[in-house]
Amino acid sequence: MKTFNKGGVHPEENKLASNNKTKVFPLTKKAVVFVSQHLGAPATCLVQKGDKVKVGTLLARADAFICANTHSPYSGTVTKVDVAVDFNGFKKPAIYIDVEGDEWEESIDRTADIKREITLEPKEIVQRMKDCGIVGLGGAAFPTNVKYMVPDGKKAEFLIINGVECEPYLTSDNRIMIENTEEIFIGIEIMKKALGINTALIGIENNKPEAIKLMTAMSEKYKGTEVVPLKLKYPQGAEKQLINALTGREVPSGKLPIEVGCVVDNVGTALAIYQAVQKNKPLIDNVMTFTGKSVKPENQKNLLVRVGTPLQEIIDYCGGLPEDTGKLISGGPMMGKAIMDTSAPTVKTTSSILVINEKEAKRQTPTPCIRCGKCVDACPMGLEPVLLSTLCSQDKWEEAENECVMDCIECGCCLFTCPANRPLLDLIRVGKFKVGALRRARAQK
Amino acid sequence: MFNISGSPHVHGTMSTKKIMWGVVIAMLPAFLVSIYFFGIDALLLTLVSVASCLFFEWAIQKYILKGDMSTVADGSAVITGMLLAFNVPSSLPIWLIILGSLVAIGVGKMTFGGLGKNPFNPALVGRVFLFLSFPTDMAMSSWPKPAPLFASNVVETVTGPTSLNIIKGITKTGEGLDQLPSALDMFLGSMGGSLGEISAIAILIGGVYMLCRKIITWHIPVAFLASAFIFAGILHLVSPETYVAPYYHLFAGGMMLGAVFMATDMVTSPLTHKGQLIFGCGCGILTIIFRCFGPMPEGVSFAILIMNGVTPLINKFIKTDKFGYKK
Repeated sequence: MKTFNKGGVHPEENKLASNNKTKVFPLTKKAVVFVSQHLGAPATCLVQKGDKVKVGTLLARADAFICANTHSPYSGTVTKVDVAVDFNGFKKPAIYIDVEGDEWEESIDRTADIKREITLEPKEIVQRMKDCGIVGLGGAAFPTNVKYMVPDGKKAEFLIINGVECEPYLTSDNRIMIENTEEIFIGIEIMKKALGINTALIGIENNKPEAIKLMTAMSEKYKGTEVVPLKLKYPQGAEKQLINALTGREVPSGKLPIEVGCVVDNVGTALAIYQAVQKNKPLIDNVMTFTGKSVKPENQKNLLVRVGTPLQEIIDYCGGLPEDTGKLISGGPMMGKAIMDTSAPTVKTTSSILVINEKEAKRQTPTPCIRCGKCVDACPMGLEPVLLSTLCSQDKWEEAENECVMDCIECGCCLFTCPANRPLLDLIRVGKFKVGALRRARAQK
Repeated sequence: MFNISGSPHVHGTMSTKKIMWGVVIAMLPAFLVSIYFFGIDALLLTLVSVASCLFFEWAIQKYILKGDMSTVADGSAVITGMLLAFNVPSSLPIWLIILGSLVAIGVGKMTFGGLGKNPFNPALVGRVFLFLSFPTDMAMSSWPKPAPLFASNVVETVTGPTSLNIIKGITKTGEGLDQLPSALDMFLGSMGGSLGEISAIAILIGGVYMLCRKIITWHIPVAFLASAFIFAGILHLVSPETYVAPYYHLFAGGMMLGAVFMATDMVTSPLTHKGQLIFGCGCGILTIIFRCFGPMPEGVSFAILIMNGVTPLINKFIKTDKFGYKK
């Protein structure tokens, strides 16, 4: 069975909610929608206080190249355009909406019928992705349309679809692969048409047998798309590692996947593209998981949640937090971010609320490094985390740069595996930040 | 208010303590064999060695370094104590093993700042100190012959030459091949030697245990033993009368103990697998050079200490293959 070539670790899987059917989350009363929910230049806000909006009304427009539209997930009245605190604690421009009913824009096809025929031309497909504000749902929120504008001189050979879901606990991708199988395949057909190729590879880790079975059965119907079961190993869902696992190619340092002829997108993105292109539905909702070791089985949920729903409402809907809650995480336990403020709203890429109990919430005290080299073994980028973290702790930024600190993908394998609990990744992050600043300063000269 | 921290938010199950105590467990078979063959002396020496290593680490940490006391109980001093005892003859006076422990922990480890910072294997530092300072007590020429606990002649202590002394004799005079213990005896441990080094099988059981628990990787032991075997084999082919068959070298003296327990010390060996292979080969080849061409019969300790010294250079120049730099 295939997997990537270097390093990797095996965290406890804990896919506790994987068999729970997706439920539609009820509408909130007061929604808060961030103007920009993507990687890149900020979008321009188009609405002001008092404006009436419907579900799918454009709230903010993408004016730059790497930028994405934001649509209203609710119908109602804009009460103010101000700042709001996101779950990380950062203040960002946001649109406050008082929800009234659930009225959708007429252009959106709300029927449940599966629309198989693809009528749009490649250029129109890419434009539709942009119009509907599609971003990468794997976590980075990179505007998807940009990936489909292949630069001159480069050629796409493979469309790589990420159904790996290598993070422990998360089960939303698993659910949509089971529940929206055909929509995902039509989405992939659309993506292939946009790229002008006929080869797509779907990577799924072998701890999701039901998804593999259903997806493989569906692939009989859609020629040129192959489901590849992958050996369980974290971080297989990282872009470079997935390309390596499926094609054996290595994306050169500092380059994009297109360099080796690949375009990578998540299964969630494929579903969003299907909805955008076939149903004209902008990206306004997303399946997310509420889970954790201390969460009661009946409260482990996969929910279809509209963007802009306060996290606290989701927590309350799922029976509240268990008593021994020590930490909340948005995303998986390996790369997710700690939630600071539960009054913050969901965004396009919110994939989970993960409850970590008190026992696991705190890092253990670091002890002296015993130079065991386990971090070197575990690094999927072939770096030496022990060396990088030492250099970073001594402010030796140039040396850290020469040791390829910028190649670090922050997967967390080094810190996960360190028997001495040393803060390897924390120090390397500081190094990446400093080296990035150094490089920008150099470029300005 | 909940905890806030950077990712990852979960941690693997490995800890320094688990690694260190895992090594201690892996040394138990060799320890039991030493008690079987050398009796109460072996038990006493090992216990005193471990106790004094713990004491010196505790005392130096508390009164001189005034540092973190948690490293005392992490098991690393226990390993040093056991390894030091494994490297001495059962006839060694008790006060010497205490002195050896002081040198091992005091000079070999704590002068550099304690756990993780020592460039040389502390147990070997202690062993070489005893070996060079008290050569008669360290019994270079004759070692207590192993007398199984349950044998009738257990009261009498018999001494005889170690296999390595016999091998040295063969190299010098070309005679004595018939005095060597059988390969099976050497494999099981029925031969003269230091406490923990005599039984290859007991050491290998410990090695396999450490491999299964992922405490060590195969690279250093295999490179060590394979390079020694190949190099000794070449010498044997060139001049069979002078140099014994290579498998004798593998089982005689401290080769197994060195390859499995001492060269694999994480602190003093290279970080990368490529570096570990070079380190292991260096140990193996140097050992055979010392054994076959040097003035003394044994060379494992010096070979490992020299390669310990080379380790920072190996770490500097032998790098991992980084992802995305394929030519």
